[in-house]
Amino acid sequence: MTETIAVKADRLYKAFGRRPHEVVKKMKAGSSRDEVSSLGTAAVIDASFEVHRGEIFVVMGLSGSGKSTLIRMLNGLLDATSGTVTVAGQPITGIPAAQLRDVRRKNISMVFQHFALLPHRSVIDNVAYGLEVQGMGREERLAKARTIIRLVGLDGWADSLPSELSGGMQQRVGLGRALAADTDVLLMDEAFSALDPLIRREMQEQLIELQAELGKTIIFITHDLNEAMFLGDRIAVMRDGRIVQIGTPEEILTDPANDYVAQFVQDVDRARVLTAASVMEPVRAVVTTTGGPRAALRIMRDFQTSAAFVLNRDGSFAGVVRDRDVLKLVKAGDADLRSIILGDAVSVSPDAPLVELVEPSVESDLAIAVVDEKKRLLGVIPRVTLLAALGNVSTNTGDLPVIEPAATISVSMITETLRETALEGAAL
Amino acid sequence: MNDFRLPLGTIVEGFIDWITDTFGFFFDFIRAAFDGAYELVDFLLVTPPFWVIIVLAAGLALATRGWKFMVGTILGLTVIVGVDQWENAMDTLALVLVASVLAIAFSLPLGILAAKSTVASNIIRPILDFMQTMPAFVYLIPALILFRVGVVPGIVATIIFAMAPGVRLTELGIRGVDREVVEAGQAFGASPWRILRQIQLPLAMPTIMAGINQVIMLSLSMVVIAGMVGAGGLGADVVASLNRIDVALGFEAGLAVVILAIFLDRLTAALGTGDTPLGRILAARKRRSQQALAA
Ligand SMILES: Nc1ncnc2c1ncn2[C@@H]1O[C@H](COP(=O)(O)OP(=O)(O)OP(=O)(O)O)[C@@H](O)[C@H]1O
Ligand SMILES: [Mg+2]
Repeated sequence: MTETIAVKADRLYKAFGRRPHEVVKKMKAGSSRDEVSSLGTAAVIDASFEVHRGEIFVVMGLSGSGKSTLIRMLNGLLDATSGTVTVAGQPITGIPAAQLRDVRRKNISMVFQHFALLPHRSVIDNVAYGLEVQGMGREERLAKARTIIRLVGLDGWADSLPSELSGGMQQRVGLGRALAADTDVLLMDEAFSALDPLIRREMQEQLIELQAELGKTIIFITHDLNEAMFLGDRIAVMRDGRIVQIGTPEEILTDPANDYVAQFVQDVDRARVLTAASVMEPVRAVVTTTGGPRAALRIMRDFQTSAAFVLNRDGSFAGVVRDRDVLKLVKAGDADLRSIILGDAVSVSPDAPLVELVEPSVESDLAIAVVDEKKRLLGVIPRVTLLAALGNVSTNTGDLPVIEPAATISVSMITETLRETALEGAAL
Repeated sequence: MNDFRLPLGTIVEGFIDWITDTFGFFFDFIRAAFDGAYELVDFLLVTPPFWVIIVLAAGLALATRGWKFMVGTILGLTVIVGVDQWENAMDTLALVLVASVLAIAFSLPLGILAAKSTVASNIIRPILDFMQTMPAFVYLIPALILFRVGVVPGIVATIIFAMAPGVRLTELGIRGVDREVVEAGQAFGASPWRILRQIQLPLAMPTIMAGINQVIMLSLSMVVIAGMVGAGGLGADVVASLNRIDVALGFEAGLAVVILAIFLDRLTAALGTGDTPLGRILAARKRRSQQALAA
């Protein structure tokens, strides 16, 4: 089971100042951070978490909340005052310096906020630095560095000095250096914070691509919630040295553990974070192609809606029918729903971000269908639900009826039609 | 109140006596070693005809700063020959070179130590202050007792006097290296020695070179004082001209010191920036060969 856990922190404490151990002892005994401030700063307090292999684990918090201190304990750049860190199954707290260097060479590398490139070395020598430290021969490491340079999109810059590169490119070198070292775990401390927003987004996307391709375990620090939500498989929110919540972006967004987190997530760009699956409603007005128009009409009347979702016999999503068309069909005595299924019904996958749903939702008043890869209908997103989610209005505050497109034909008319056609059918 | 007298002077005198008695052989060894080094360098500078040395110096000047500096160097050194101070100048140069090299050899490790350990830094700093502010004449006296008249007490006094900026600027340079870059070295598992060699020293180099430049300048400023204890060279002539109130000799010897000072200052300053004509040519060649390799 430990195999799937890349990094584990267990009850980590870090205090700075004259008497760090006393600070930690007092904190463990229940003192508050302010009470011990005369003895030193408690920068990280009782942090425990496990990072799974291949996961992007984001640590988020305001400036001074202890993020950098925490991440620096994970590769031993800072000694934990108390608690243990385990990397790839072996504890790295309290081990001899030589052994710690070995762990850093083999298991865990780092990308820095201000790039921290060796300014007197060319790009390729920077990228190859980790390999050089590992003791790899010159030819071999340069060859490997060359493939990494291509991977991070720096072709043609191998012999330049870092100072000749833009910020974004320098951070690609920083990323390349960490990737070249070929460790399973990558620590990234505000790695994109020094870049301007467009480059930043580009780097975030590239990081996700690289992660998918190489399957690295990434621990990413940021004070930007949007970045956290975009990158993180799971997010740890820190405040004043403590981890106050760990969860998926959606958990943090829809179910903040306390007011602090709630306030934090208030101004997040929800459209990019929330997915279709997180806001979809259960389907109610649903019929099968074989059920026939009369059943469809009755269901629409019962749910007072103008459209029904149609499923094929194998359960896959076929499309939407409107009450008007169904009514005509019933009046004409036709039994095949398939002829009136609307082709323009939009269906999306459950992990589509809301931002992709805005346009279709504006163009059509039909609810958007959420379907899985087997085209099974998982749920629907009516326009109002989408707007509510984007507007940061809670959609799951209870059993408030969800408003769907109102019926365009009156209930009495449907009932009448149903009765008439039923009588005709009986007469036949 | 008038009876109060700290016997500091007597204590130091007793201490020096004790040292001479106990470690006499050690100081004899140092004396022989420094003397040998000086004689060797002096021999190399004095033996060839003056124009050989001028051509070499001009070559160095061209490689480090370019043709203007080369012309200046040729002119300056020719003036020294013209005022008949060449041999003295070479004696002085030998003394400055030996003293500077030794001062640098002592100050670099001390500076590194001070940069790595705050405790060491706190111990070293007041000692340096003491060494630099104590009038140089004062440690000439024990140096004279320990090493007897000649060039060696001059070298020793020069080393002590000139070392401080070497240590200080080495410490400053290393401490001034971007913390994140050093952390990067650590994060990739580099040993402290490798970090020192590949990151801290290269990045601190401009500051360290400024320190080395200072060491050389201070060494030159010590030549007159060294001349007083029999170190010979330009210093001896300056001292002699003082005794005889000989303006002409004093001016010529003094001018030779200034010319040497300017030459050494510009030379080491250029090395400090790391941007020399020769360096540029080598870098361009290296880049071309790398591109050829990559293609
Ligand atoms: N070397 C140190 N000595 C003393 N206090 C420190 C040291 N490093 C950090 N601290 C303190 O520890 C606390 C946490 O700092 P840390 O750098 O981990 O915060 P952070 O979350 O990374 O902030 P930022 O977003 O500004 O980088 C702060 O109060 C800081 O002042
Ligand atoms: Mg930080």
